[in-house]
Amino acid sequence: MPTLRIGAGSAWWGDRIEPARQNAEHGNLDYLCFETMAEATVSAAQVRKRRDPSFPGYDTYLDDRMRAVLPGCLKRDTRIITNQGWINPDGAALRIVEHLREHGAKGKKVAAVSGSLITELARHLDGTILENGAPVSSIAGDLISAEAYLGAEPIVEALKAGADIVVTGRVADPSLFLAPLMFEFGWAASDHVRLGQGSGLGHLLECGAQVTGGYFADPGFKDVPAPWDLAFPIAEVEPDGSAVITKVAGTGGAVNRMTVTEQMLYEVHDPANYITPDVVVDFTTAVLEQVAPDRLRVSRIGGKSRTPTLKVSMGCMEGFIGEDMFFYAGPGALRRAQLAKRILEERFRIVNLVADDLRIDFLGVNAIHGDASPVDGPEPYEIAVRVAARTKSREEAAKVGREIDGMAVSGVGMTGKRVPHQERTREIIGVWSTLVPRERVPHSIVWYES
Amino acid sequence: MRVKLERVAHVRSGDKGNTSNIAVMAYHDEFYPLLKQQLTAERFKEFYRGAIKGAVTRYEADNLAALNFVAEGALGGGVSRSLSLDNYGKALSAAILGFEIEVPEQYGNLLRGG
Repeated sequence: MPTLRIGAGSAWWGDRIEPARQNAEHGNLDYLCFETMAEATVSAAQVRKRRDPSFPGYDTYLDDRMRAVLPGCLKRDTRIITNQGWINPDGAALRIVEHLREHGAKGKKVAAVSGSLITELARHLDGTILENGAPVSSIAGDLISAEAYLGAEPIVEALKAGADIVVTGRVADPSLFLAPLMFEFGWAASDHVRLGQGSGLGHLLECGAQVTGGYFADPGFKDVPAPWDLAFPIAEVEPDGSAVITKVAGTGGAVNRMTVTEQMLYEVHDPANYITPDVVVDFTTAVLEQVAPDRLRVSRIGGKSRTPTLKVSMGCMEGFIGEDMFFYAGPGALRRAQLAKRILEERFRIVNLVADDLRIDFLGVNAIHGDASPVDGPEPYEIAVRVAARTKSREEAAKVGREIDGMAVSGVGMTGKRVPHQERTREIIGVWSTLVPRERVPHSIVWYES
Repeated sequence: MRVKLERVAHVRSGDKGNTSNIAVMAYHDEFYPLLKQQLTAERFKEFYRGAIKGAVTRYEADNLAALNFVAEGALGGGVSRSLSLDNYGKALSAAILGFEIEVPEQYGNLLRGG
């Protein structure tokens, strides 16, 4: 079995699209995999669907992504695996079929994997919420959506049945990349060692450019060539799971020990026990070797047997945030900002703002690192005052904007203020997690053909 | 010599719910024992003062010359609930680059930047 070439097409919904086209056309790929779902993507999609029934419920950039990559993928018979299905994998598959027909591709098989959406089941789960130990039933009434993170199995099943394109809802990010390795190399679901290596590679690829020099540059300390033209990564994988991480020649960015190490630990807690639906990955045995410029060999990532449960992500209606900003500049900017803060605190007391949390930050002073910011720095020349409150009702959240409006004529001298055209209150979709026995989450596959 | 951590290690943070993980990776293997010895979970949490409210656990990945700090309750309730301007805590890792670390003189030529 020759080396398998797998490329990344996106790291999230809003990712750049051009590097996916680049991988499809110049990556010489066997598989192109798209990850488009952040933690809150599905609950946000559910909220939008309730407001706008015509919203199809899949990746809003699906058309752009398919137009960009289908010519390259069809030319080379590159298979596509994507979780752009969100809350409507079948709708996404149908739309992909339309794109295939527009490109004159006949007889291509598109598999839509469903089963991750378990909102009704979640309302009746008797488990506990991982973050706070409370029973799941305590949030059942506010639940908008719940999704189990499916593993690689349904994708492998679809590939075995001849799928050219597999479109899914919520699937754990590394599983999107592990599935083609299991299928092509015939790895068993019980082969912890290879699954560990394969899921580890998936974790390196799932965040797109984060392993090819994106989200990395720190001038003078970590320089990145042509960061405006970053490529998405490609893994050249051997049948034993060892792989070289690389990118299309001539693109910007870098693949080296540092970029790969940063991505290896990104969003990981215990590096010896990174839990995925397919396997528990052990990064503490990994060996990294730079074999050529922008070619890093990764081997010996370890694995332990999978857990009996799947993680479930639950989105809940939890209230509102009101937020706005105004500005000071010139000598004494900080002094005036501090008085503005005092005025607002008193005003919120007078209008009886009922908030679960309130922040008044001085941008340029303490907005990012809070109390951990140095206090003895030189006085800043300009400051934006940012006010945010978390409340139970939209009416309470709106008090933030109302009081800041008042500052325009009743506040501190030389207050700069935006015209409040933008929406200053927004709904909060809180995300909670729980576990569900995997046998309670059956999947289904529906087939479409161009 | 005492230097800022930015000359010794690079960092990246990631979020899961209300928990942030901040990986601190040595630029050179020689620096890793210094990190292990001096950048304890206690000192890490102390450095972040009120910005990290919950428990901090330190994991060691010797093969990567990296420490991974897992900070609970660091993200103001998580991305959608947080009132922080940096609601994912993506920039949270940058603060620790200001931590001061003692480096033996003979490693001076390995230090970055500055």
